Amino acid sequence: MTTAPETSRRQKREAAASANAKNADRRNGNGKKRTNRAKSEARLGWLIAGPAFFIMLAVTAYPIAQAVYDSLFSFRLTAPDERSFVFLQNYQTILSDWDVFWSALGVTVLVTVVTVAVELVLGFGLALVMHKALLRIRGALRTAILVPYGIITVVSAFAWYYMFDINSGFVNSWFGWVPGIDSDLDWFANFPTAITVIMASEIWKTTPFIALLLLAGLAQVPDELVEASKVDGASWRQQMTRVILPNMKAAIMVAVLFRALDAFRIFDNVFIMTNGAANTEVLSLLAYRTSIGRLEIGLGSAVSVILFACVLLICVIAIKFFKVDLASGTDAKGGK
Amino acid sequence: MASTGKLTGKQRLGWTVLTVVVLIYALFPVAAILATSFKTQADLGSATFLPGNPTWENYEMILFGDAQGLFLTAFRNSIGITLIATFIAVVLATLCAYAIARLNFPGKKIILGTALAVSIFPVISVVTPLFNLWRNIGLYDTWLGLIIPYLSLTLPISIWTLAAFFRQIPWDLEQAAQVDGATQWQAFRRAIVPLAMPGVFTTAIIAFFIAWNDFVYGISLTSTEAARPVPAALAFFNGASQFEEPTGAISAAAIIVTIPVVVLVLLFQRQIVSGLTQGAVKG
Repeated sequence: MTTAPETSRRQKREAAASANAKNADRRNGNGKKRTNRAKSEARLGWLIAGPAFFIMLAVTAYPIAQAVYDSLFSFRLTAPDERSFVFLQNYQTILSDWDVFWSALGVTVLVTVVTVAVELVLGFGLALVMHKALLRIRGALRTAILVPYGIITVVSAFAWYYMFDINSGFVNSWFGWVPGIDSDLDWFANFPTAITVIMASEIWKTTPFIALLLLAGLAQVPDELVEASKVDGASWRQQMTRVILPNMKAAIMVAVLFRALDAFRIFDNVFIMTNGAANTEVLSLLAYRTSIGRLEIGLGSAVSVILFACVLLICVIAIKFFKVDLASGTDAKGGK
Repeated sequence: MASTGKLTGKQRLGWTVLTVVVLIYALFPVAAILATSFKTQADLGSATFLPGNPTWENYEMILFGDAQGLFLTAFRNSIGITLIATFIAVVLATLCAYAIARLNFPGKKIILGTALAVSIFPVISVVTPLFNLWRNIGLYDTWLGLIIPYLSLTLPISIWTLAAFFRQIPWDLEQAAQVDGATQWQAFRRAIVPLAMPGVFTTAIIAFFIAWNDFVYGISLTSTEAARPVPAALAFFNGASQFEEPTGAISAAAIIVTIPVVVLVLLFQRQIVSGLTQGAVKG
């Protein structure tokens, strides 16, 4: 861009200025010619943005509509001829099943709450370390934490599974001195230990994402504010709670919401490590086992719809009550 | 907490410790499965971290031996399906983001909002209807049958990331080049494409990671090695005999599919970080 001859610089600037003026004209104008132009611009916009938009709708909106429809039928692929309309009976079956549905919902909520809380603390620590680190090591740190981010969740699940596995794992022998851990401890036989390892894998893999979002938030806290508070004699703790955290609220909210929605869909780790044994079944796994495993399309669709409704509910709560502004995120000067 | 200037000995020690802690956190599970992948069948029961007699036999088994059919076909499926899904998503998202950044048209917000909604969509909710539909129209257990749903994973983040990148491009350069006598196409190619390429490339890496990671579509919409990708295939690995756990083979396969990730991260960490944070935070 610097190869253009010096003499044309001014011309360029003028051209750019007039183009800007034209743009402004177009936005404010209401003449017939301008309307045509706006129309053709709108047509062009939809022409090139449309394919992506319609594909996104086709691969999500259509299937979810189909799922809602299917959920009103008693329909098994093993007996396709016996398909019959049962209205909300599938939902009634699911919602009255305390041992299966409500247990899965409870585990899902537990995993969501615990992982997001731990990740927020760990991620903030990681973000602080990267923020303060010298340039020389910052690159190395970022490279290292991108490895968990990029690794396949199933691989992470196997890595954690084999570490704790009673036959091939080394955790029992390494931590034999901790009360409650010995060579006979089968981590995946009981709920508390099994869910702990599942959550550990989930946390390890996704904390980097939160850390990077928080790092971006940290970078937007004005240095002058922090310096000013130091001059005023604020302790490290006061700087954190009074200056840095309030200025990062928007970034924190966005990170928490994104991760909460992601954690609520947890599937891979549970599938690999326990496949729902020891009461570790989660909603996604229940939906999978019902429809793909047992081919009960009607019932499985109802579980899918309920899961979808839960995700919507989390979104509505976040946006209504916590005022998370997903669209603008933290670019509005660090938020309020 | 020094950020600039010379460090005292204590600070240097503190930073060394912190760096080591972060490195261990990030790399320990990878090291663990790497060590496992070199264990012999006997070592697997020894409950130690390092293999007693390091061996390549697990790698031989999945690359040249009995598990070859299972792993190599899955690897080929994963690479093919992921690259095609990434390519389509990036092309469509580039056009879409260009329109959003550049043109004034009603519905921009709707497109961005839809992308956001699709990105938080629970994959499992759409898998049942797709499973049923794909079986009826013959897309079940085919590459195309995975490429299409993968677009629901790769398109939204690509649109957001690219829209954020494109908003920062000084588009006036294009007009300036036209004033200099370039045609519209030349202006676009010479002035804009060089500025836009890094963003497009970064988006492609992120989209690749996401598609590469997929498991739910992979196990639900395939049934044979015709289209089954690696994460799904790993869940179906068997040992050499029914009395052997496939631990070594799975570990070796896990390491092989992690190599592309590590290479991309090593080469492009700066771009990936900026792409991730722009797409997710700024929008």
